[in-house]
Amino acid sequence: MIKLQTPITKEKLSVLKAGDLVYISGTIYTARDAAHKRLSEMLDRNETLPLDLKDACIYYVGPTPTPKGKIFGSAGPTTSLRMDMYTPRMYELGMSVSIGKGYRSQEVVDSIKSNQAAYMVAIGGAGALLGQCVKSAQLVAFEELGAEAIQKLEVVDFPATIAIDKEGNNLYE
Amino acid sequence: MREVSVHILRDKIKELVQEVNFYYPRDIDKKIKEAAINETSKIGKETLELLIKNSEIAAREKIPICQDTGMVIVFLTIGQEVHFTDGLLTDAINEGVALGYEEGYLRKSIVEEPVFDRINTKNNTPCIIYTSIVAGTEVELEIGTKGFGSENMSTITMLKPAQGVNGVKEAVIAAIKKAGPNACPPMVVGVGLGGTFDYAAVLAKKATLRSCESSNADPRYAQLENELLVLANELNIGPQGLKGDTSVLKINVEYFPTHIAGMPCAVNISCHVTRHAKVVL
Repeated sequence: MIKLQTPITKEKLSVLKAGDLVYISGTIYTARDAAHKRLSEMLDRNETLPLDLKDACIYYVGPTPTPKGKIFGSAGPTTSLRMDMYTPRMYELGMSVSIGKGYRSQEVVDSIKSNQAAYMVAIGGAGALLGQCVKSAQLVAFEELGAEAIQKLEVVDFPATIAIDKEGNNLYE
Repeated sequence: MREVSVHILRDKIKELVQEVNFYYPRDIDKKIKEAAINETSKIGKETLELLIKNSEIAAREKIPICQDTGMVIVFLTIGQEVHFTDGLLTDAINEGVALGYEEGYLRKSIVEEPVFDRINTKNNTPCIIYTSIVAGTEVELEIGTKGFGSENMSTITMLKPAQGVNGVKEAVIAAIKKAGPNACPPMVVGVGLGGTFDYAAVLAKKATLRSCESSNADPRYAQLENELLVLANELNIGPQGLKGDTSVLKINVEYFPTHIAGMPCAVNISCHVTRHAKVVL
């Protein structure tokens, strides 16, 4: 069992390859379509982002609202390719890992290689199980986006499989 | 004539949208458990076992099986001797959706227009409503809450009649292959054949919501369902798209008469969280 503690540095990623199942503990950030659009617009305006992307782990998820008395809702991955047009820029700015589900574009694969980063996949539709890995959640930005707001999550043993590694090896091929 | 209060419909919808999000429908539960026993890929088997564990957590904790709690689709079959009372039918249905999504802490995923500002309506309405009028005094309510990871991979092909059953097979298998890991396999696939461009898609949706334990009543179409399933599972997509025997749990086909010049073929891709329920009021 491979355990990964955040921040997931490029050094930690250097020994991992496509197909490895890892269990992530530490801080990860949520962001999906609308949040990526906002971040991209902020960068276009030369504004400071609401999160530090250096060695950051971004999870493509729009969780369900947290029920009363619970820590977090259902939180499985969303389809990654909708983020593809924003992703190379995120890797350039230091993001080391993105987590979602499904295929990525060639531009994203190239960006992962040139930045020695990684793309991981979590089990699509296993939202209840993955939500249980979240031990605390804190709003970071874009509260008005509801489920699409950026949140900082503390997770324990969040299971993810490396789908594209730093060499560009692709589990889906 | 039978009078039916729209409040009954509202309350039933409020209850069903929650139920289908917390509990796998019986047919899906059975198919996944069978697949977990039969899957020969190690990672595929582990993934299916995790999906079973996920559904157990969802049921126990009353946390949605999947965070994409979907857009609600309602098929209402209304006996023409029925008279609805206590308000407008459409409003009552949407009210039931809004109440259910709020009470169940389900995700509100609907935006008010598709292209420009995409403002969330914050109550998961409106839903999609299809009505059909039949003889009698019964009201049958069928609902689905459709996630969009798989919906986005759906296709419509206007096949030529000369392409025949092989053309249908090619179109369906191509859609499933393209959907791959994006559609959260193992998938459930609904195929609509015939009708018009638009009606083929409605048939495909109906097929998606039909029980995975049923077959088309016409033996030729039932056989097509079986043959498509075998072909789909030869694609080696596997659970979560990480290879394996279990790519598709069931393919349901629905058909309707069509024009002499056409053979519309709609493929509605759905995931292992194909939430559906049917009740007679």
